[in-house]
Amino acid sequence: MTAVAEPASSPAGEFGRSRARKEDAHLITGRSRWTGNLTLPGMLHMAVLRSPLAHARITGIDVSEAKSMPGVVAVYTGADLAEEQGDLPSAWPITPDMKKPPAPALAVDTVNFAGDAVAVVLARSDYEAHDALEGIDVDYEDLPVVLDLESAAAEGSELVHPDLGTNVSATWKLDSGEAGSGGDVEQAIAEAESSPDGIVVRRTLRQQRLVPAFMEPRAVVVDPNAQQATMWSSTQIPHILKLMLAMTLGIPEHKLRVIAPDVGGGFGGKLQVTPEEVLTLLTARRLGKPVKYAESRSESMQAAHHGRAQLQKLTLAAKRDGTVTGMKVELLADMGAYMRLLSPGIPVLGAFMFNGIYKIPAYHFSCSPVFTSKVPTDAYRGAGRPEATFGIERMMSELAAELGIDPLEIREKNWITHEEFPFNTVSGLTYDTGNYEAATARARELFGYDALRREQAERRERKDPVQLGIGVSTFTEMCGLAPSRVLGSLDYGAGGWEHAQVRMLPTGKVEVVTGISPHGQGHVTGFSQVVADRLGVPFDDVEIIHGDTQSAPKGLDTYGSRSLTVGGVAVAHAVATVIAKARPIAAHMMECAEDDLEFTEGRFQVRGTEKAVGITDVALAVFAAHDMPEGVEPSLDSDVTYDPENFSFPHGTHLCAVEVDTETGRVELRSYVAVDDVGRVVNPMLVEGQVHGGLAQGIAQALFEEAVYDESGTLLSGSFAEYLIPTAADLPSFTTDRTETPATSNTLGVKGVGEAGTIASTPAVVNAVLDAVRQFGVRDIDMPCTPMRVWKAIQEGAR
Amino acid sequence: MRITVDVDGTRYSDEVEPRMLLVHYLRDQLGKVGTVSGCDTSNCGACTVHLDGRSVKSCSVLAVQADGHEVTTVEGLAQDGTLHPVQEAFHECHALQCGYCTPGMIMQSIDLLEENPDPDEQQVREGLEGNLCRCTGYQNIVKAVQSAAGTMREGSAPQAGGAR
Ligand code: FES
Ligand code: FES
Repeated sequence: MTAVAEPASSPAGEFGRSRARKEDAHLITGRSRWTGNLTLPGMLHMAVLRSPLAHARITGIDVSEAKSMPGVVAVYTGADLAEEQGDLPSAWPITPDMKKPPAPALAVDTVNFAGDAVAVVLARSDYEAHDALEGIDVDYEDLPVVLDLESAAAEGSELVHPDLGTNVSATWKLDSGEAGSGGDVEQAIAEAESSPDGIVVRRTLRQQRLVPAFMEPRAVVVDPNAQQATMWSSTQIPHILKLMLAMTLGIPEHKLRVIAPDVGGGFGGKLQVTPEEVLTLLTARRLGKPVKYAESRSESMQAAHHGRAQLQKLTLAAKRDGTVTGMKVELLADMGAYMRLLSPGIPVLGAFMFNGIYKIPAYHFSCSPVFTSKVPTDAYRGAGRPEATFGIERMMSELAAELGIDPLEIREKNWITHEEFPFNTVSGLTYDTGNYEAATARARELFGYDALRREQAERRERKDPVQLGIGVSTFTEMCGLAPSRVLGSLDYGAGGWEHAQVRMLPTGKVEVVTGISPHGQGHVTGFSQVVADRLGVPFDDVEIIHGDTQSAPKGLDTYGSRSLTVGGVAVAHAVATVIAKARPIAAHMMECAEDDLEFTEGRFQVRGTEKAVGITDVALAVFAAHDMPEGVEPSLDSDVTYDPENFSFPHGTHLCAVEVDTETGRVELRSYVAVDDVGRVVNPMLVEGQVHGGLAQGIAQALFEEAVYDESGTLLSGSFAEYLIPTAADLPSFTTDRTETPATSNTLGVKGVGEAGTIASTPAVVNAVLDAVRQFGVRDIDMPCTPMRVWKAIQEGAR
Repeated sequence: MRITVDVDGTRYSDEVEPRMLLVHYLRDQLGKVGTVSGCDTSNCGACTVHLDGRSVKSCSVLAVQADGHEVTTVEGLAQDGTLHPVQEAFHECHALQCGYCTPGMIMQSIDLLEENPDPDEQQVREGLEGNLCRCTGYQNIVKAVQSAAGTMREGSAPQAGGAR
């Protein structure tokens, strides 16, 4: 869809307009403000000594040599900080009896994954701090290492945390029969199995471990001597971080300030309260000096949280005409060695998405978070929802293949039709709107589905060594986290509201304060457009203030595709409040009744006349406050906290064509079409950018990336030399388009887009690969579908 | 060791440790923090600068190797407040999101266009193979490079005719 062309001077009509970003000017000229750029007077550098072993008891640490090395000011071990460091927060106890181990920032007596922090050095320079790590001598006594998820969950496994008595932390269940949202899944499976008219498809699918791999490694600087101890951190969550530091370290909340300056990507990977943040703060306070920690990429790979890592046991019951009658999901989720901020809640978010866009009459979901001797896992772009979408979309394609029905047709047979909204799903959500027919029809057309199917048939016919595969995936996503009451019902430790302030300045310029915290999305531009549109002021007259708990004091930050759908809507409400406050004053200024005023394009106009005042005139009059109506305060400022009534549900249909060289196993992406429905669009260019980036990450999971460990628990893919992030040469150009079905659950009609592309692309690609090689008897290939794996699958299948 | 380096048009003379990487010299000693570092294996390209007009990864060059040479960073591209056409195109085409890869991408793109003023899509993709971006999926970066190529060809035509 093309953008609406508007003259640059017109403030209205901002929705649907592809404005280039306000954020860019400093980023393209190198005037950026990364945390790692900061230097404060007297600042010390912190280096972290990490465990080389995946599981071991610390029997002794000798730091004497390190302490005497040049430039070294202090060396601390876990024992030194044991009293102060508390426990890293885990905010999502998914069940009342969930088991979780202590999670110290600095290991005290055992290390539980290779990369666990053991000691820190504080020195005058980064070089000196790192040199001194060599001077620390740690004695370890090996403990058993637990690596494989399935065997970790089995009876009799060696234990990651012997004190817990098990590696299985909890079991969380959702059953539609019990919840009353649908039928009994066991019955549906039994019926499908016993009836000649039924079919049951069973698969065990694997979600590999991934590294979020934000491009800016994490960095933290703390100035303990500011009025409020100030932390700059490369974080997605300055507000949550501040609260958690206060709660876990016992530092009074009003004595802390957290700033997220320019943040170089996050993708959920910076939705965390990290050991390094805690250690920087504690050591800075101890020494009374500013301290900086800046991780290397290798440290980031082996210490920052990972994502995905699930084993999905899936059972789909259906009739032979393709109508799905039940879905059963049994998950094991790899937590790694500790519970971080949201770890166990991530797979639970998937519980609501395994039914996808379909009418599934009976559903059962159970999930067990399991400890292993690996880096902890937590949110990664999509967080629980890509895993679920992968499960259902792989299964729909498997069902189609088993029944010999076209995969688009089987989806159409089961999806919620656009007349059926609002629709209560089997997992208990209410989808407000959607139009799966429209998005699918558009995708089909752009892709040239029928022509590609013909080419595929020809290639099969002539036994071409390069076979064509066509992959289909639809998706929907619960995003815009989240109605606070829903989070409460899931035992999450916080709410999902968002905060906004709009301040009209006397000169007519506008300051907008938001509690969301951007790290690449373009919120400053998008929110400016929302304000310009609603308030009728020029785009350039709006400043968006964010990412500093002192100037943006309240918020729940950025993740879960919530920024526009919750934060942006909060801003729109705050703008509405400003207009409402200005109305009586404007009426007073023009000596008319409030009801006679119409507010359009930034002006209050007396209906049927030419008489008008601009909102900016009102702002100046309010500043002077010489002549206010009786009882009206001289301020237009607004302060709004908005709690969404529902999630928003973007959806889309993605089609992918791959060429698989059956002799080498090499997969080449030939074309990729994504038609997404993200509701009303503020800035199409930004939306497209989000989709492109999301597609790249989802495709990367399907074809390239995996965090691999050796049998001792050492991360083999510990740098960008082994962990293969796709390059420009690995990816094709994507064809993207949109349908627009406005959300009805918020006043802007918007839905989230940050995670959308990532969610559908992984199953679309894997389904395409399987579509190419299914003829050889292949029914599943583990991700990433590397040439080796694809080739092997073909060999084994053909046997 | 003492080195003398011209960086973005200013001459610096400094005492550096022999092991100091150029990227650290730029950032920590000169305060040229526009150039960033994203890895420790020379894979990401975030640190790309020009050394005597050719792109290099400044994390794989020692500061002492730059002695007597000329370095251009992303901070030295804009002339008298006018952006380089590649910078302009990155902005216009939304070729950056978080912007962390951007300094390196821009420097590499300029080098690529010097080699090949009219690259096709595949040539751009291959020319940027040493630079990772996690945000954009590269599509708009490719678009920006091709768009800048167009602008630069137009711009250089009258220059070739002697006009300025
Ligand atoms: S910092 Fe990654 S290539 Fe130089
Ligand atoms: S824009 Fe974020 S890594 Fe490229």
